[in-house]
Amino acid sequence: MRISATQLWVHDQDEALEYYTKKLGMEVRSDVTLPEMGNFRWLTVAPPGQEDAAITLMAIPGPPVMDEETRQQVEALMAKGFAGAVFLTTDDVRADYEELRSRGVEFTEEPEERPYGIDTGLRDPSGNHLRLTQVTMAGV
Amino acid sequence: MAFARTERHLLKARDLADARYFEPLSVEDLARAASMSRAHFSRAFRSAFGESPHAYLLTRRLERAASLLRSTDRSVTEICFAVGLQSVGSFTTSFTRTYGMSPTAYRAAHPPAAHHAGRHAGEVRAYARPKRRTFREDSAAVHS
Repeated sequence: MRISATQLWVHDQDEALEYYTKKLGMEVRSDVTLPEMGNFRWLTVAPPGQEDAAITLMAIPGPPVMDEETRQQVEALMAKGFAGAVFLTTDDVRADYEELRSRGVEFTEEPEERPYGIDTGLRDPSGNHLRLTQVTMAGV
Repeated sequence: MAFARTERHLLKARDLADARYFEPLSVEDLARAASMSRAHFSRAFRSAFGESPHAYLLTRRLERAASLLRSTDRSVTEICFAVGLQSVGSFTTSFTRTYGMSPTAYRAAHPPAAHHAGRHAGEVRAYARPKRRTFREDSAAVHS
């Protein structure tokens, strides 16, 4: 068994696509719309060089997949920043930090030394929490 | 496409606290980031996140101060200013109230060799937020 993709809820798939590709520098892995499934759009992105795992940028469905009350709960959690997170690692977080900032990425935390490495935080347009970490501690 | 709902504005303010805690940020600055009046902002923030914006900002600062006490040999005064607080007296009082011991005692109790954090990356930071909090919103004036 292997992980192929994991999901983040997004408010707007086009906006998310723009952020993850143009700002974070990821690549589109799949962008397939299925008319026979109510125009369901399977949209995944991944960093260049990582072929075997992707992030699915998933629109919040309405009824009948998700009832209205649940949809509102999901949206509220997203707006508070507690609906999901992705942990990214890099070999040089300070260089990435500068490069991403120059592309207009807003960080919620500048690079900080932590016991496990140098850590930064950022947030996508839907409120999802991303961390970009240069890990220095074995086993983390 | 802007997603306009109250929580999203509140999150912007919370992100600002996380991002710029080392500057002399006040609750007014956070309220401005959320485009709300100070009184409305404090109520809405507490309702969304379960603590006042003042307490959130202060615990972020104290959490970072605790980390610097554990991992560096910078002086308590230096660390106090490095986390955006401007009075060593209030810092020591808040720190002691939160961690149950003074910054100096805390440092002595956590030698650098005690780093065994095996959990993943950023979650450590989130879970390192101190839980003992008895600050009152009113005391914000003291710090700002």
